[in-house]
Amino acid sequence: MSMVPTLLSVEGLTKSYGGVHAVRGVSFELRAGEILALIGPNGAGKSTCFDMLNGQNVPDSGRIRVLGAETTGKKPRVIWRMGVGRTFQIAATFPTMTVRENVQVALVSHGDQLFNLWTSTARHARDEAGRLLDLVGMGAYAERPCGELAYGDVKRLELAIALANQPKLLLMDEPTAGMAPRERVELMRLTARIAREQSIGVLFTEHDMDVVFEHADRILVLNRGTLIAEGSPEEVRGNAQVRAIYLGEGLVYDARHREGASA
Amino acid sequence: MAFYVVQFLTGLASAASLFLVASGLSIIFGVTRIVNFAHGAFYMLGAYVAFTLTERLEGAFGFWGGIVIAALVVAAIGVLVEMVLLRRIYHSPELFQLLATFGLTLMVEDLVVLIWGPDDLVGRRAPGFKGAIDFFGQNIPSYDLFLIVLGPVVLGVLWLLFQRTRWGVLVRAATQDRDMVAALGVNQKWLFTSVFALGVFLAALGGALQIPRDAVNHAMDLRVIVEVFVVVVIGGLGSIIGAFVAAVLVSELNAFGILIFPKISIILVFLVMAVVLIVRPWGLFGKPEAPARRTPGLTVNPWRPLTTNERLAAIAVLVVAAALPFIAGNYVLTVGSEIAIFVIFAVSLHFLMSVGGLASFGHAAYFGLGAYGVALLAKMAGLPMIACLLLGPLLGLMGAGVFGFFAVQLSGVYFAMLTLAFAQIVWSIAFQWVSVTGGDNGILGVWPEKWAASPSHFYWLSLGIAAFAVVILRIIVFSPFGFALRATRDSPLRSEAIGINGKRIQWTAFVIAGTVAGLAGALFAYLKGSVFPDNMGISLSVDALVMVLLGGVETVSGAVVGAIVYKALNIWLVSQTDWSKLVLGAFVVLIVVAFPKGIVGTLEALMHRRRKSSSAASPLLTSRIETAE
Repeated sequence: MSMVPTLLSVEGLTKSYGGVHAVRGVSFELRAGEILALIGPNGAGKSTCFDMLNGQNVPDSGRIRVLGAETTGKKPRVIWRMGVGRTFQIAATFPTMTVRENVQVALVSHGDQLFNLWTSTARHARDEAGRLLDLVGMGAYAERPCGELAYGDVKRLELAIALANQPKLLLMDEPTAGMAPRERVELMRLTARIAREQSIGVLFTEHDMDVVFEHADRILVLNRGTLIAEGSPEEVRGNAQVRAIYLGEGLVYDARHREGASA
Repeated sequence: MAFYVVQFLTGLASAASLFLVASGLSIIFGVTRIVNFAHGAFYMLGAYVAFTLTERLEGAFGFWGGIVIAALVVAAIGVLVEMVLLRRIYHSPELFQLLATFGLTLMVEDLVVLIWGPDDLVGRRAPGFKGAIDFFGQNIPSYDLFLIVLGPVVLGVLWLLFQRTRWGVLVRAATQDRDMVAALGVNQKWLFTSVFALGVFLAALGGALQIPRDAVNHAMDLRVIVEVFVVVVIGGLGSIIGAFVAAVLVSELNAFGILIFPKISIILVFLVMAVVLIVRPWGLFGKPEAPARRTPGLTVNPWRPLTTNERLAAIAVLVVAAALPFIAGNYVLTVGSEIAIFVIFAVSLHFLMSVGGLASFGHAAYFGLGAYGVALLAKMAGLPMIACLLLGPLLGLMGAGVFGFFAVQLSGVYFAMLTLAFAQIVWSIAFQWVSVTGGDNGILGVWPEKWAASPSHFYWLSLGIAAFAVVILRIIVFSPFGFALRATRDSPLRSEAIGINGKRIQWTAFVIAGTVAGLAGALFAYLKGSVFPDNMGISLSVDALVMVLLGGVETVSGAVVGAIVYKALNIWLVSQTDWSKLVLGAFVVLIVVAFPKGIVGTLEALMHRRRKSSSAASPLLTSRIETAE
């Protein structure tokens, strides 16, 4: 395990809003190929934490490093160029472009061609865009207008866009929010497969405990701005403090899981 | 010393009216999210109606009663406008709301001339405040003192209204979250109407109270609306306190600016506005909130380059156009040159508006800068025509570089207000800096050289440059830069997350659009042989907007068709009627309400529907995939 390099290292991340500590002294690490879930009840500081990682929010103190390089307080576009891809809770794509063009824009940006006024984008990285779309199972939809896609497909397209800069780290904010149950499983399996194959580290927040316990290698539990537990799904599930916070949810999951195991 | 105190008090007195108008605009925006471009028109109507009433009604009671009744009458007109027009467009894209209220402004400008005549009207002095008070040898009109007191009083009354009444609580709630208020069972229709009525009342009152200070004229709407936009940009849209503080600030800057830069006092206000925009882009008292609506938003059909057949058809049309000199006379060719020049101007705005999603309401500034660039180079430096045509647009480029930098820091309605304010600043510099620009008299005698002098040669030159500009801009639309620009328009959140510096992309687009507009202006100077401040006036900016809208905002090159149709209609209309603004304004309102896709957009939609009649219709106006801003 020690051979796998540390991808993301977070030390003492802190943010407060006028006396309220949204996030207090959060530290953790993420290794390549690992899928890490950040969970916690509403108001625990997940979003604040996440926004500081992706550059939308500046921490009061603490350090964030990606592959040893400091990203603390940098702009989202700079963090992206350091090899961090991301998806949003409500998928953000370009609805007036085709599916392929959505990915091509990201590839254009990755190839530093943004101020190219002359050549035709249609020929730019066409095959590479097709390959990324095939990877997420959207190859057949390449020429469709993005604005006409079903939401589950938009989510998969967003994943392809997020992968365009060959990221080392993928930040996914509530990846399965707003999706049908079957689509959730499919998207997370796809993400997990890509993460393993390309040894990308994935950090995601999630409300759906089924998704978390099935797909995460490790889980961080946040409550009132501080990390109260960290470990494998089994360890976290057995943690009394976590049970106390989640009360109903954890128990329900547990019972159902046992049922499935005994069947 | 006494002089400075008096100057300060004069500034404070001017602030009163400005505050009334600006607070009205802010209140309306807070609840309805509409920036009412017609606010200046209501201000002007208030002044005209008050003029008539105070002339008819006798005595002190008649005067003050007349002022209040005038404001109430105009507020009633406002209610009518809200119910008939605005209710239809509350859910339209921002751009259409701005355009519709702008169309209203144009109509009102002609209507007041129709009713009250074109001359300035000097109203009665206010009974009880006719004299002046001596202040260490300087005179202060006592009416100014009345206004100085009135401003804070109105502020206090508004505060009480919003804090102490049930209606005020509803308005504040709706300003924070109007959907929630609607969900709580409040009748939104009447809330919106009453808020609009209050806002219009304040604007009209501001206008009516100006009667004893200033002559009433039919250009006062634009002057005040530009100042009001500057006030709300500085103070923050939606904040009444902000409107008050900024109104005082702007008025004082004007009062003292005249002492520092007597010729171009507006520069000082501009500098302060620039500083505020850099430090607090959402204004001193405003809240940072990005307008979430995308500017376009009617269809989701991706743009495509022309097919080979379409390209051949376009070339065929160009060849036919180039053959015009063999069949047409000189007048037609001059009209043809003008249309070609306006095609260039329209496509430049179209590029910024449709591709960039940035609706500039002051694009004529860069057209005019190009024209002045040519005139100054030709008359002062005596450069040859080719050099002038190449270098003249650089003035447009520089103007766009400076103003664009600030403008792209904002988006949506703020962007529209700011570009309009910038254009007015450029216009007033051209108007006031007589020693360089000739002021109102313009610069005459800018004639083309022999090789381009004949109508047919000039027509070919204009047509060639127009074709060149259209092709170049189309290439840019489909280039990686064009895609980055559209990406920034579609989803600022996603484009930032894939490494796109949206502001820099938009700034570049602004400069490109300004330069191409400057090119059009440069040609225009040679076509007319002269340049005037009106070459950068608001009506020209509106012309450009209408051309884009008529062609179709969501098309790649609809502006070409829009410019040809509109310009031909316009030239014909001006020869037919004296009330072109009235017709034009009504035309704008009609397009927005009944025909929002424009000519090319409608044709494209028809073809699209025919091609894929089997599959489901594309979602119009209701794309649910939007960024979480």
